[in-house]
Amino acid sequence: MTPMASETNTSTAKVDFDRLGRVALDIRRDVIKMLGICGNGHPGGSLSATDILTVLYFNVMRHDPKNPKWADRDRLVFSKGHGCPALYSALARAGYFSTDMLLTLRKLGSPLQGHPDVRRLAGIDASTGSLGQGLSIAAGMALAARFDKKDYLSWALISDGELNEGQIWEAAAFIAFQKLVNVPTILDYNKYQLGGSCKEMLDMEPVVDKWRAFGWETREIDGHNIREIYDALQWVKAAKAAPRIIIAHTVKGKGVSFMENNNNFHGVAPTKDETQKALKELGESDAEIARILGMIK
Amino acid sequence: MSALTRKMGAASRDAYGKALVELGAEMPDVIVMDADLSKSTRTDKFGKAYPDRFIDIGIQEMNLVGLATGLASCGKVPFISSFACFLMCKGYEQMRVGIAFPELNVKIVTSHGGISVGEDGASQQSVEDFALALTLPGLAVIVPSDEHSAKSLIKQAAKLKGPVYVRTSRANSPLVYDEKTEFKIGKGIRLRQGKHVTLVGTGLLVYECLEAAEILREKGIDASVVDIHTLKPLDEELILAEAKATGAFVVAEEHLTFGGLGSVVSQYLSRALPVPVEYVGLNDTYAESGSPQELMTKYGLTSKNIAEAAVRVVSRKPSR
Repeated sequence: MTPMASETNTSTAKVDFDRLGRVALDIRRDVIKMLGICGNGHPGGSLSATDILTVLYFNVMRHDPKNPKWADRDRLVFSKGHGCPALYSALARAGYFSTDMLLTLRKLGSPLQGHPDVRRLAGIDASTGSLGQGLSIAAGMALAARFDKKDYLSWALISDGELNEGQIWEAAAFIAFQKLVNVPTILDYNKYQLGGSCKEMLDMEPVVDKWRAFGWETREIDGHNIREIYDALQWVKAAKAAPRIIIAHTVKGKGVSFMENNNNFHGVAPTKDETQKALKELGESDAEIARILGMIK
Repeated sequence: MSALTRKMGAASRDAYGKALVELGAEMPDVIVMDADLSKSTRTDKFGKAYPDRFIDIGIQEMNLVGLATGLASCGKVPFISSFACFLMCKGYEQMRVGIAFPELNVKIVTSHGGISVGEDGASQQSVEDFALALTLPGLAVIVPSDEHSAKSLIKQAAKLKGPVYVRTSRANSPLVYDEKTEFKIGKGIRLRQGKHVTLVGTGLLVYECLEAAEILREKGIDASVVDIHTLKPLDEELILAEAKATGAFVVAEEHLTFGGLGSVVSQYLSRALPVPVEYVGLNDTYAESGSPQELMTKYGLTSKNIAEAAVRVVSRKPSR
């Protein structure tokens, strides 16, 4: 298998957006199955990041699932570690490991830990789960690339709740001051954090103005529109004079009607009935739904 | 043994600066970063010699640790430095998830350990960094006692695969060793063999233990002196040999008596060979402003205090 190289996808005309949409749907089904079987985990933030992860891993990022330690690969620091079911599914579907393994999520001994563990799972570039740290880690990877004169990118996918953390702004200032333009960053702005809406908890608006004030170039998109995501990812990786961040407006729980904007599904997995209902909404086959439900006590 | 002649050497932080400059030539993957204290930690020496591999990032310890995580995960050997209290306390959680948990090859080297920082006062004096470093799984914890041990151990730490914590001091320290002495991470050094009590020290308190042994000699107590420069992994073999030889310990450190070398040694002894132990350290308190010597005296971290503790612990030994 040849590396999934971004340079092979320079023109929009060659991009199979329908395929990307189908992959995103598969990932959403995986997320529901994994969480339904496990009985705990974070559906909301997994589903809001799904489309972004899909376009990254299936089109834009330079990586090789058969060679996960490839020195010249793009890195992705998934700073919102709690949303890792979507990341695990993207990695499995890209070919890092078997999709069967997805159903071991959070089980004792599984490489699919509750939050990503770089030691246990090929394809994970950083252990995350403590919010606010990922942007600094991506910046460190970008510094390594600068020292080594390498052209790989160190992607950072961060969450809105994380913007509460001071370390994010330490990193934001540092990256802009150092002109580290090789840290393409995406904010999964789903407007909710654990305790409630961002507006109720600690409103970070005006978010765009804050990033601009820190020296970043910004672009706002619909984080569920595959074409918009694709275009924005091309833009964000082409940063030259200043670092760039995509403010991706997303919907927490996107794709499952009763999970959308329902913060009860921040950190609570679907019940057996909810799993059935969600999978039906996502167009999963009756046979597969029956197989999955058979695995839930 | 002849009386000690006190000969001052440089501070262990100065040795760090020298070690870094040598490492810069030997190891192209060494990257050094500081959080706006490079003039005090002596990382500025590396910065002058290798400006392309040095970044003083500004006053942001959390980001400093995160950057090291990223660099190490791409094969670099990052050294990160600041004052011990700032880097260990402000960067601790980042070390937990970003260095210890993923077992990354980061070298955390701090200066201004202990209360010998002096006049700057309690907020600048690190008295808890051993405890914090010891509770990060897999992190080696090193506290050199003079410039020669500092330089040698830091250069070894650079070549050790895995995370390392090294605490250095601001104050100049009396020489315990000469530059020909060989050191090995994890291997303590018996500086003097006695029969009645073992004085275990780390950092600046090693020399105080040597002086205490002189005081004790005049009282007819024959003391062993051991430098435990590596708190983790502990040289259990040496501690056990001393427990058998003397049957009583004083552990001395420029740190709270909780969670540091005293805890490490006692935890081991309680399993291997329980013997009486006394502790010389800070007793559940911060210090204050003052000259280093005034503070060491006021807070009980001198050879006199160690000798007094030795007399106490010898009296607690079970009669044979």
